[in-house]
Amino acid sequence: MKYLKQMMIILSVSLVGELLHELLPLPVPASIYGIIGMFIMLYTGLIRVEQVRETSSFLIEIMPVMFVPAAVGLINSWDVLKSHWLSYVTVTLVSTVIVMAVSGLVTQAVTGKGGKGNE
Amino acid sequence: MNNILNSSTFFGMFLTLAAYVLAVAIKKKLKSSLINPLLIAIMICIAVILAGRIEYDTYNQGAKYISVLLTPATVCLAVPLYTQIEKLKQNFRAIMAGIISGVLTSLGSILLMAKIFGFSHEEYVTFLPKSITTAIGMSVSEELGGYVAITVTIIVLTGVFGNIICELVLKLFGIRNRVAKGIAIGTASHAIGTSKAMEIGEIEGAMSSLSIVVSGILTVILASIFAGLH
Repeated sequence: MKYLKQMMIILSVSLVGELLHELLPLPVPASIYGIIGMFIMLYTGLIRVEQVRETSSFLIEIMPVMFVPAAVGLINSWDVLKSHWLSYVTVTLVSTVIVMAVSGLVTQAVTGKGGKGNE
Repeated sequence: MNNILNSSTFFGMFLTLAAYVLAVAIKKKLKSSLINPLLIAIMICIAVILAGRIEYDTYNQGAKYISVLLTPATVCLAVPLYTQIEKLKQNFRAIMAGIISGVLTSLGSILLMAKIFGFSHEEYVTFLPKSITTAIGMSVSEELGGYVAITVTIIVLTGVFGNIICELVLKLFGIRNRVAKGIAIGTASHAIGTSKAMEIGEIEGAMSSLSIVVSGILTVILASIFAGLH
């Protein structure tokens, strides 16, 4: 029963996220409403961590598997990419590395002044 | 082969799980951190599909039930984030500075490269939401008049690449602070990168999860401004 109840809570927050996505005219997907909603529920104590702990750990642990189908779908994208693939892939890869380096270095530089003991 | 599998629900599900389990086993056997289970699982699935002349739709007929879990799994990212709330409060300024600079770098680097590679306006706006989570990125691309199908492809590619390369990039740039690591991974490579951050550690995973939300919202606002620049 424990896992069933935990899954029910997680799905109820997902459902509310889905409804907000349908009702509000914002480009925000159900999952983002859901993560904000779950955070608020935990913060206000309406949901306790113990009520979702095991199932949420499990879902997070298996999350990489959930990206496999979408990535395998890239084989269908070849037709739209083939004429420009080199420039498209270059832009994608270069910008990903730069963004990672800049956001990490800036965060590290600012924490360095205040918060110690994070390494 | 297609004929037999056309109506199968479990082929796609089985292949996806089997490929991932096999990929993790390969990583364990070779004891190398350079081997990325996500990438290997993707390659195994593609190899099987191509070798068996199986349509993607046949595969996805079952595999889509795995993708469906993405929304509840993303909702669950709030749990480690809440557990790490003290870290979030202590480092609030640094976290916001990191995410904002990351989003601006993403949009700015795409603007610069769009000019270098001579992208059309439509191609440029197709790339603007590349570092954010797919569902938000699609609507940004659509709103700005981009090619939505290409945006989705680029977002997935960004995530998989971020997942594979993040440990090397962090090491190369001397990013050792755990909060900074999480922010870097999440801001650059959304949920697919975050699944790697979760494996690195709970602080990294929580901060990466936060970055998905904040960078997604910031990109929605800033992309419309950047769209006017090329």
